[in-house]
Amino acid sequence: MSLKPAVSNTDHAQGNLNADLVIVEYGDYQCPYCGAAYPVLKELMGQFGNQIKFVFRNFPLSEMHQYARSSALAAEAANLQGKFWEMHDAIYENQHYLNESLLLKLAEKLNLDIHQFEKDLENSELAKKVDSDFESGIISGVNGTPSFYVNGKKFDGGAEDLFQLLSTNEE
Amino acid sequence: MILQKNEVAPDFTLFATPDQKITLSEFKGKNIILAFYPADWSPVCSDQMALYNEMLKFFKNYNAEIFGISVDSKWCHLAFSQSRNLHFPLLADFESKGEIARKYGVYNEEEGECKRALFVINRDGIIEWSYLSPTAINPGADGILEALETLNTK
Repeated sequence: MSLKPAVSNTDHAQGNLNADLVIVEYGDYQCPYCGAAYPVLKELMGQFGNQIKFVFRNFPLSEMHQYARSSALAAEAANLQGKFWEMHDAIYENQHYLNESLLLKLAEKLNLDIHQFEKDLENSELAKKVDSDFESGIISGVNGTPSFYVNGKKFDGGAEDLFQLLSTNEE
Repeated sequence: MILQKNEVAPDFTLFATPDQKITLSEFKGKNIILAFYPADWSPVCSDQMALYNEMLKFFKNYNAEIFGISVDSKWCHLAFSQSRNLHFPLLADFESKGEIARKYGVYNEEEGECKRALFVINRDGIIEWSYLSPTAINPGADGILEALETLNTK
């Protein structure tokens, strides 16, 4: 199964933006498996970040996870103030305490303009972005979170397996 | 063998809730997605039914209804539905056990469960697409949407 649409400049990317290796994660901020993958991915990027372009797309399971969608919107709102990854990381690092007031607290901690942040949470463009990420996941064959794509192809494994892949490449 | 494209979808009447039954043929005029799955209560975030639950609005756009089917009883389905906050019916292929799954060619005799299989049935009750998934793998929904898309362009 392949990634549709392909990675573009509307995606959130970190690492080496010109890398040949592109990893895409479809994630849900409240999903415990995504939470468990987070530190592994962090280490992966710490070690191999110069070889990887890492992209995050929203895949909130809103019916199952009460705060998944508001978290996705919070990260998108932070993005408008240039702090997508900071918010992404802060949410995963505090996943156990996730609720709406935590999202505001994190925004304060990141020194975001809170008034603007709160306004942006209601921005329908951001809702559309989250929906279109979700829809792209569906047509790309996402069957749970986290789901990973390596250079556009679905990767049948988790974060640990990605680490394995990179470590083997190294040898 | 799993029923294939262009075969007539066998009709059935199964419990959807403790006091309500659903009959397939009453849904003529709508596209129907049947998702046979082995059992309620599989692991959370990769749960197939939970995924479809998030997609109901996409299915609606294609004039499609989705039904999950397993051999679990109506009471088990009720508890599972409530726990996962599901907004579509789960049908109980419970008496005689697996009878409907057998008719569709997707019963696993060894485990006594449905196999993991998907059917997209058109407005006239004809199978448009079927797919048998490896039991351990959640097949996602891309195949379903593709089949619905094909129906739409006919």
